[in-house]
Amino acid sequence: MRPLKLPRLKLSGGTSLWIGGGLVALAIAVAIAAPLIARTDPVMDANLMNAEIPPGLDFPFGTDAQGRDIYSRIVYGARISLTVGVVSQILNSLIGVTLGLTAGYWGGWWDDVVTGLTNLMLAIPSLIFALAIMAILGPGLVSLVIALGLTAWSYSCRVARAQVLSLKGQGYIQAARILGYGDLRIMFTQILPNILGPLIVIATLGMGGAILSEAALSFLGLGIRPPFPSWGSMLSEARDQITTAPWLSVFPGLAIFFTVLGLNLMGDGLRDILDPQSTTRRT
Amino acid sequence: MAEPLLALDDVAVHFTVGGVLAGGVKILKAVDGVTLDVKPGECLGLVGESGCGKSTLALAIMGLVPPTRGRLALEGNDIKTIDRMATARTVQMVFQDPYASLNPRQTVRRTLADPLRIHGVTDKAELEGRVADMMAKVGLRPEQADRYPHEFSGGQRQRIGIARALILRPKLVICDEPVSALDVSIRAQIINLLLDLKDEMGLSYIMISHDLGVVEHVSDRVAVMYLGRIVEQGSWREIFEDPRHPYTRALIAAIPDPFHRAAVTAKAKAKGEIASALNPPPGCHFHPRCPMKEDRCASEVPELGAVAPGHVAACHFRDRHPI
Amino acid sequence: MTAPLLKVDDLHIALSTESATYNAVEKVSFEIGRGEAFGLVGESGCGKSITALSVMGLLRRPLSLGGGKIVLDGEEIQDASAAEWRRLRGKRIAMIFQEPMTALNPLSPVGRQIAEMFVLHQGAGWTEAMDRAEDALRQVQVPSPERRIRDFPHQLSGGMRQRVMIAIALACGPELLIADEPTTALDVTVQAEIIDLMAALCAAKGTAILMISHDLGLVANMCRRVAVMYAGRIVEQQAADAIFAAPRHPYTQGLINSLPRLGERSRRGRQRLQEISGVVPSIAGYPSGCRFNPRCAAVTEVCREVSPEITPLPADGLVRCHHHG
Repeated sequence: MRPLKLPRLKLSGGTSLWIGGGLVALAIAVAIAAPLIARTDPVMDANLMNAEIPPGLDFPFGTDAQGRDIYSRIVYGARISLTVGVVSQILNSLIGVTLGLTAGYWGGWWDDVVTGLTNLMLAIPSLIFALAIMAILGPGLVSLVIALGLTAWSYSCRVARAQVLSLKGQGYIQAARILGYGDLRIMFTQILPNILGPLIVIATLGMGGAILSEAALSFLGLGIRPPFPSWGSMLSEARDQITTAPWLSVFPGLAIFFTVLGLNLMGDGLRDILDPQSTTRRT
Repeated sequence: MAEPLLALDDVAVHFTVGGVLAGGVKILKAVDGVTLDVKPGECLGLVGESGCGKSTLALAIMGLVPPTRGRLALEGNDIKTIDRMATARTVQMVFQDPYASLNPRQTVRRTLADPLRIHGVTDKAELEGRVADMMAKVGLRPEQADRYPHEFSGGQRQRIGIARALILRPKLVICDEPVSALDVSIRAQIINLLLDLKDEMGLSYIMISHDLGVVEHVSDRVAVMYLGRIVEQGSWREIFEDPRHPYTRALIAAIPDPFHRAAVTAKAKAKGEIASALNPPPGCHFHPRCPMKEDRCASEVPELGAVAPGHVAACHFRDRHPI
Repeated sequence: MTAPLLKVDDLHIALSTESATYNAVEKVSFEIGRGEAFGLVGESGCGKSITALSVMGLLRRPLSLGGGKIVLDGEEIQDASAAEWRRLRGKRIAMIFQEPMTALNPLSPVGRQIAEMFVLHQGAGWTEAMDRAEDALRQVQVPSPERRIRDFPHQLSGGMRQRVMIAIALACGPELLIADEPTTALDVTVQAEIIDLMAALCAAKGTAILMISHDLGLVANMCRRVAVMYAGRIVEQQAADAIFAAPRHPYTQGLINSLPRLGERSRRGRQRLQEISGVVPSIAGYPSGCRFNPRCAAVTEVCREVSPEITPLPADGLVRCHHHG
């Protein structure tokens, strides 16, 4: 009996990039154009007369318990989610790449310290760590970004360090040392440009992860607090009405789903294009 | 006598390897007491197979690896007292692999101009001028300056590497197997280029190669290394026409000799494998493989003694008639 | 002359990419007699390695046999089935490669890898096979073979690993041994020993050798006849001493004159090496007409337009050039 053959679901690098890029571009466009495309003010326009109306002509995504237009809240929510995703990931990359580069290049005790710290961070569940930081800093967008930024840097650190170790022996790095280049100059002008590929991929995938973390934290009531419309806090508010008013959860859920999917596909696509050894690359 | 450009006096470079889990700490004597010098305008050929320490010696001369003992002097000054930037302007290196020795994300222009900038050349006109000048010297066209390494062939990349080594106008250039990774039909181009540049710019070379034909062609003096020690040293003529160490003779005998010109016969070939530098044989390192060995070779370390003025060999039987 | 052991006739190997199909190897013909050592010389990219692979039936996409015949002992094998190839490989034709570390199984002791040959091709039992493996190691001059059969490849030096490869290849007494740059990765003194070993063993067993290398001197020393390949074609073939004494193709002449030879400087002082201008062309950019024409000092108009045919030379030689001599 022949084994069951499932249809191949793998997308090529180019396709992933286009689809993912398209979704992400849409999210960004929505975020930027929010004041233009939203129908109402997401926070202020609360009319209890309009509470919990299912999706229809007047309110395409329905309204919530306070009578606010879900559609407009989703549109403005894009701003928050994307800000969290992008800024926290920039912070992650800065910390991770700096630590990884220096640890890999200098080695010695500094490498031991950084590796130990990285292992520690990887061992602690990241959400718990973020929670702890939020508990200290209090709720809000800024604390959220800082908390997430301080949590997930281990991945880029590890990858940066591994890449540095593999490049250290290359002739042009030795040549740079012989020519009198200083350590920092070598790290940032010779090594870093040659390891950007995997780091960009990690950053892109990390943005998706950050958005999911934001959703989780806001859902737990520790991220963005109502009445501000983050997709996660919208999910939080809709907890009790899942069966009675499902549209309150479905739309924010879909927004998160498609944005993170877009970022992941983009990350996959970038990796396939930038990594010459990836198996999905077309020869 | 002119002051030597580079003077090494009993230089050793030892590494500690292993640890508790790997069966104990061992000492790897990569370079084990090397004394040699290079005069201005001279080309010293450094010959040896894997494990002989020639690469480690090159790193020590460049100041990238600290010697465990001994003195390294550049133009009379101890290398420890010279700062990194000054060393860079005196000693440079041409690497073996043209595919790994250039930054793939830098244009030729940047690869050549950056070192100048780091060393204080800021005037734009001077930078352009020196870059263009160097490119012409190595046989590259000026319009190639803004291309990236992957757009060049192996031979051209090696030319870029040579240009980079010479852009700071060093006095000594260490060429580490400069043509081994190149196609056979273009090796002559690069060897001729290196010799032309040496005359034009008054350089000294240390030519590291396992290819004895190349070494004989370019060197004024030759030093032969085995397991961290120099086993024979002399002028090119002495080494190739009258080799006195069995290892030198074995190296020459190992080369296919369709014209039967070599000074040694097949009887001089070495037996067995190269020993490990971690665990070198006692007495003369070469004795297990030596066709001339006798009992004392396993216990007495032979001195590097003179065969003729300037020609030394570390063999108990250096004065014997060769087999 | 008795029938040759191996006859390669008008071999064409195609390289198919998404955009085009190229003739990586074209019109290659040569013969190897029983027990003869034959050399194939050329630089990287000239097609010598893929010619060897085609003789072993090891061409894989994007390479494929574009035409020609491969005749082993009178039988055409170029269209053999996979099962037929498996019976040939190891038993009648064996191959050793440049990098023994990647050709040996890192997880299996070397004795076992040799013994496998006896078990697979000759139906021997494992105990008998291991004994014979120890014998094989002794024949390739590995010291203390009774202990070495249990070693893993990483515990051996490069020279030792190559000896193991030779033992595996010659285990079942093949009629032809193909050696693709077997000593390039080894130190000079070890190279000489391995070459001597190969020559001696093959002479003793009557195994023919197809020796592939970029080192003309090494090949000429070891082989009776030598063919020179350039850009996918054989450009010259002569007896080994003749090819050095009187090379007829400008490429061969260029190769011989461009490399510094031991003893030259003593005789004639340091002469400027004669350069061959230009670079080795890539498969996608083979020049029209004679493929060597952009680099040839004796080039004329006909060389650029018309691809030269084979001109036979005395003593079973040949040259592919409009202006040979």
